[in-house]
Amino acid sequence: MSELTYETVARFAQQGGLIYFSAIFACGVAYALWPRNRAAFKRLASLPLQDHEAPDVEA
Amino acid sequence: MSTQSATSKAAPLDAVLLFVTTGLLAFGALLATALSDDRLFRFQGWMFLGAFVIALLVMTVAITSGRLRSPENAYADGVVRAGVIATMFWAIVGLLAGVVIAAQLSWPAVFYFPEHGWLNFGRLRPLHTSGVVFAFGGNALIATSFYVVQRTCRARLAGGVWPWFVFWGYQLFIVLAATGYLAGITQSREYAEPEWVVDLWLTAVWVAYLFIFLGTLWKRKEPHIYVANWFYLAFIVTIALLHIVNNLAVPINGLSSRSVSLFAGVQDALIQWWYGHNAVGFLLTAGFLAMMYYFVPKRAERPVYSYRLSIVHFWSLIFIYIWAGPHHLHYTALPQWAQTLGMTFSIMLWMPSWGGMINGLMTLSGAWDKLRTDPVIRMMAVSIAFYGMSTFEGPLMSIREVNSLSHYTDWTIGHVHSGALGWVGFISFGAMYCLVPWLWKKEKLYSNRLAEWHFWIATLGILLYICAMWVSGVMEGLMWREYTPQGFLANSFVETVAAKHIENVIRTIGGLMYLSGAVIMSYNLWRTVRMPSSAPSAQSLTAPAPALIAAE
Repeated sequence: MSELTYETVARFAQQGGLIYFSAIFACGVAYALWPRNRAAFKRLASLPLQDHEAPDVEA
Repeated sequence: MSTQSATSKAAPLDAVLLFVTTGLLAFGALLATALSDDRLFRFQGWMFLGAFVIALLVMTVAITSGRLRSPENAYADGVVRAGVIATMFWAIVGLLAGVVIAAQLSWPAVFYFPEHGWLNFGRLRPLHTSGVVFAFGGNALIATSFYVVQRTCRARLAGGVWPWFVFWGYQLFIVLAATGYLAGITQSREYAEPEWVVDLWLTAVWVAYLFIFLGTLWKRKEPHIYVANWFYLAFIVTIALLHIVNNLAVPINGLSSRSVSLFAGVQDALIQWWYGHNAVGFLLTAGFLAMMYYFVPKRAERPVYSYRLSIVHFWSLIFIYIWAGPHHLHYTALPQWAQTLGMTFSIMLWMPSWGGMINGLMTLSGAWDKLRTDPVIRMMAVSIAFYGMSTFEGPLMSIREVNSLSHYTDWTIGHVHSGALGWVGFISFGAMYCLVPWLWKKEKLYSNRLAEWHFWIATLGILLYICAMWVSGVMEGLMWREYTPQGFLANSFVETVAAKHIENVIRTIGGLMYLSGAVIMSYNLWRTVRMPSSAPSAQSLTAPAPALIAAE
């Protein structure tokens, strides 16, 4: 079992990959849907429409 | 180098650093050129040397006359303007090369030049692909990324004069690659033909690009990183990774133009198509999606339809795309499970691709009338539709059984061009139509009518092109697998070539129409630049400008 065969590596890659990708996807969706982010995303959706003639040097 | 001189007298540190670096590079190029006995290596050495010497002279004049300053209270737009000009220049060059090789395929008796080997299909074809993908597309991406990252971060580009290094360094890469192809310098990797010296140069330019982009994000005044910048960043980081790994090679010696790949056999093929498909995924898709997420809302004066969807779009696209490459190697020595993996991930890409398409198109909701009045909006809307169409077709073609018919045929060429001409070309043209009046402070384009002509000629050209390639591709695929009752192949290869003559001619006409559109556009933009300047704050471009629509 501790031997590093093709089967063990493949199983690790397949199952680990499944968990890894599902977790990443869940994190992405959770971040997108998190209620606290709603206001920020609403503002960001209009970000390209704001015109700034020059960079913000102060602030 | 339009930055106005500041009051301080000492030359700025970033300019001095660039000057010294260029001096060292010039010395290195001189040494390598002098010591090498490889004619092709010396040819490129002279080009490097010439470029570095010109750069040193220009910088000497610029530094002593007090230019090359980077005032933090103004955007660095000179480099973006240069990028717009370069984009249109390389668009014409790359499309022209495409029309020439299409004519060679249509009328080989006329356009085959046995006495000028460097003008034949094998040399011109990479000139066309690199010309449109890297020279036209790459310049459009660099220029728009520099524009967008400054506006959405409300900060000047980081790195002082180094954005100019990225711009001119990238042009030098293009010229070296293009002349190298004509001279016969190639490592025969599709879309990665340049040899090791030019690869190293591109790596240096690209790392500088990455640092400038990251540095600008670092000093941003906007707390969030806008989604377009995420797409640009994914494009820059992934292209760096792909370029370096796919070009790992051992030069025959340090003064030779040739190298040998570090990989062999099927591993080499897999690395190449991991690279090749992600060049599509991260250069031709992610980068141009960044353009979509900035220029479509800006031009339509509507917010992004769903910012949440754009986040899911981003993360799912980048995590899935990177695995799709093996679908280029169906029915090869690549293990079947790896082929299946590539195919499965390609099919999964339907979701983020269509999510993104819906998000882009629905951003026009509330501004649908502009499709009728504004050819630029229409061009961008059609580009998003082509994005949806070609990302539907691609997963279909990645299915092993479909691929057995489509692979190696013109169907693939048609698919690539519906993505390249329809999606990449049109979204870039749309962005350039927006940028020129914004950057040169003009009220609007010189002529909306010319933009209409461009739109219709180019759209018809694309349709002619892809329909011809569908027909010839499927026909070719069916002819290749046709058997006689005795079990022999029914057609010789040359018969399948002769059978698609008329489709080749239609394709050439379609390409010529698309090129004509780009020429009309260049004229229109040139006249726009030469128009008298408008009031300083003019940003709105749509001709009848109904300024009543609320921006929420």
